Amino acid sequence: MPALNINGKEHPVDAEQSMPLLWVIRDIAGLTGTKYGCGIGECGACTVHIGGKAARACKVILGDAVGHDVTTIEGLPDTHPVIRAFAQLKVPACGFCMPGQIMQAASFIKLRSDPEDDEIVQAMSGNICRCGAYERIVAAVKQAAGAQR
Amino acid sequence: MTRIVNLSRRKLLKAIGGGSGLVLGVYFSATDRASAIEEPARPLRAGFEPGQLSPNVFVAMDPTGQVTLTVSRPEMGQGIRTTFAMIMADELAAAWPRIVVRQSDGDAKYGDQITDASRSILIMERPLRLAAASVRQMLEAAAAQTWRALIADCRAVDHEVIHVPTARVLPYAQLVKTAMNLPVPNPDKLRLRDSSSRRYIGHAIPSIDMGAMLKGKTPFGADVTLPGIKYASIERCPVYGGKVKNFDPAGAMAVRGVEKVIEIPANPAPSGHLPLGGIAVIASNSWAAFQGRKKLKIEWDLGSNASHDTTAYRAEMQATARRTGKSVRTLGNFESAYAGAAIRVVGEYFVPYQTHATMEPPVAVAAFENSKLIVMAPTQSPQTARAVLAQYLDLKEADIVVRPTFLGNGFGRKALHDYICEAGWLAKATNGRIKVVWTREDDIKHGYYQPICFQRLDGGLDKNGVPIAWRHRTVFPSLASTFHADQVLPDAAQLGQGFVDMPYAIPNLRCEVGAAPAHMRLGPGRGGLNMAHTFAMCSFIDELASAAGKDPANFLFTYYAGPKKIDMKALGVDYPNYSALIEDYPLDVGRLQNVLQFAMDRASWGDPLLPRQGRGLAVHRSFLSYAAAIIVVTVAENGQISIPRIDLVIDCGQVINPDRVKALMEDSIMYGLGFALYGEVTVKNGAVEQRNFDDYPVARAVITPEMHIHVVPSGHPPTGAGDPAVPVIAPALCNAIFAATGKRIRTLPIDLNLLKDAPATAPVPTAGAPAAPTAIPLTPAGPAPKN
Repeated sequence: MPALNINGKEHPVDAEQSMPLLWVIRDIAGLTGTKYGCGIGECGACTVHIGGKAARACKVILGDAVGHDVTTIEGLPDTHPVIRAFAQLKVPACGFCMPGQIMQAASFIKLRSDPEDDEIVQAMSGNICRCGAYERIVAAVKQAAGAQR
Repeated sequence: MTRIVNLSRRKLLKAIGGGSGLVLGVYFSATDRASAIEEPARPLRAGFEPGQLSPNVFVAMDPTGQVTLTVSRPEMGQGIRTTFAMIMADELAAAWPRIVVRQSDGDAKYGDQITDASRSILIMERPLRLAAASVRQMLEAAAAQTWRALIADCRAVDHEVIHVPTARVLPYAQLVKTAMNLPVPNPDKLRLRDSSSRRYIGHAIPSIDMGAMLKGKTPFGADVTLPGIKYASIERCPVYGGKVKNFDPAGAMAVRGVEKVIEIPANPAPSGHLPLGGIAVIASNSWAAFQGRKKLKIEWDLGSNASHDTTAYRAEMQATARRTGKSVRTLGNFESAYAGAAIRVVGEYFVPYQTHATMEPPVAVAAFENSKLIVMAPTQSPQTARAVLAQYLDLKEADIVVRPTFLGNGFGRKALHDYICEAGWLAKATNGRIKVVWTREDDIKHGYYQPICFQRLDGGLDKNGVPIAWRHRTVFPSLASTFHADQVLPDAAQLGQGFVDMPYAIPNLRCEVGAAPAHMRLGPGRGGLNMAHTFAMCSFIDELASAAGKDPANFLFTYYAGPKKIDMKALGVDYPNYSALIEDYPLDVGRLQNVLQFAMDRASWGDPLLPRQGRGLAVHRSFLSYAAAIIVVTVAENGQISIPRIDLVIDCGQVINPDRVKALMEDSIMYGLGFALYGEVTVKNGAVEQRNFDDYPVARAVITPEMHIHVVPSGHPPTGAGDPAVPVIAPALCNAIFAATGKRIRTLPIDLNLLKDAPATAPVPTAGAPAAPTAIPLTPAGPAPKN
């Protein structure tokens, strides 16, 4: 049986290679922090890291993920600068999109340590928040980028 | 009359807080102001004395001093768990870290739990304070007894009681057992703490769920897992009211992981809370169920709505709006005043069907074991869910438990329980544990749509530009059609949302409603009918101001000229006032003027703008709160628009948690912009044409304007914040576009093509005017990153 490395742990996965990583993570590995919002890569709720880079788990199939390190929100440390900034600026409302937003932001600030506001906006515009917390999201990403420097 | 009963003597502790401790339930009757808009008393729980009302709130303190607050409203982003805890903590003089919040299940003993229409604080603020004050006073009395001191000398502060003359201190934990044996204070004798002692109310307290939420650990409906659970995905008829003629499950059964294929019988329209019916594919995981669905072969009987077409329907509604309708508010004589008007203005406004598109699509878990049903699901009304399940599945309510999870948005969608009934039906049919998972496509194609709405307004001005005649006709299929057949005219509650409550002092007035048969399953959305009505009403008053050659803000001030409080009863208008007493929550024109003035001052109304810029405003009262928006828009020559600044003012009475009110205002702006710019469901051959966020776009970070939120300091009782500011955004934006270009937008979503090559009408910039902002592309951004 193939195994998938999620958050540093090997999970045996008995499933079709074509199954999207999202459903492997949620229904098979039982990690529910990664959310389903659209299934077509439009909303970003399922954002995880594959080999340290943000990816939409609904658009990556199991077969392509095996052999890479997958990190979900559960694998991000509580003290991560993005999580701290999101808490300080009281970003979440309903909270449903937060894991995806945070994983997207964590990947982004690793690549861009001193981003312009426009770059943050562009980087976060693939993640929908139906509570409209965008102003706070952008401010929190900026703060987190500063904190990691 | 409020009664408080010491429940610790009734051995209910285990049921509500765990362990032994002091527990109080508040009972309140319909004569309390706070409960005036509550539903009638609920049936009593076994063990209670007859003739009492149901307990609504539980505050429990265990012998360690830990406080458990049972929150009787589901959390869906409004921050209610934290806000309720703040109200309780201030009245109990509790230390924040000693508070635990639990969620009530759908049991009648908690009273009504329906969480909609921005009413939770309005209804619950006083009962929560009474419940907490009772606990506090019993602890103070216990301290007085221990010290043989006067109660008046014993004061609760920060989880302790202090004997003021001697500065002796006893922590709450050491007083709980004594307090349990004391009589419950008469509610009329409760001393509520004064506002100077507050440590939480009025402060930006972070969410009590923050840590868990940011780690993805707050359980939403989809996150509930049970051993042996199966996943169901349901293929439903593309047309509302249709049903399965025949189907072949063989292809689905051949998919790896698929275990069963079952037909859920159709419930004929109007189907209310009940499932639409269809073919359920049950599998060992969600993905297998989705794949199985694709292999189903189904022949549908599409039923009588198969010819519904939004283009044709719009034309029918327009024809209706051009005829005399049923009059629901009249003043003076519209016809003769209009006939004698020097200037006549006509505006026809259209708003399409929209859908909720909650971030979390509908989902529900149900387990049927030993003839009992347990449901765990995101619901805005757990008791309604329980009652509906009992009726639908022929079970006793006593055999059903409904536990609300966190909600990934509600917006009214999750006050309608078809998805929960699907899970319950499948769990019962399979005698097992089922999670019904809706895809985004299911959500967009099988929603409860906000009504399509066509409106016509006719206005007349005299030769001095004074408005003397106003006729507003609205045509939309009634929300009641989802529950009752043959509803062609909407009820007073719907017409009371931005239609009959028109606040302008115009002497000759008619509000008429036209018939519209329903062909879709409809449901209330955020902002309710105010979304359509306020768009038309606040745009049309702007049209009249323009026709009169007046500044729109001054024009509004002039025609907020009648009595400060509009007496709908005296005007003979059936106006339910959001189910609240009009005596306590009047339609207060003074507060409308106040939010307008506030907005004008903060947004520097009248200051010069750049070319191709315009400033628009809209003011409205809904859900008992008052909102005003002023938007600055820039319209480029290619029709693209950008929004350099929005000022939003809210007067929602006393504010408990200012940070959450501010967050809800930011949210209202984004929701309102999405409504104005994107939201449209179209129907062809009875079926919804959109499917997902690629063709049903919503607001994204890229369109976030510079937001200035202003909360009016107010001594009025707290009223709603979730809905009331959303309706003013679209008209303020469209009025700004008119100011910038002279183009009047009367159809939503805004067609930017109409703005191409629009002339610039804005004043020439003066020295010191702000720099031109970067244009924001108001088209949905593509996903980033691509995989």
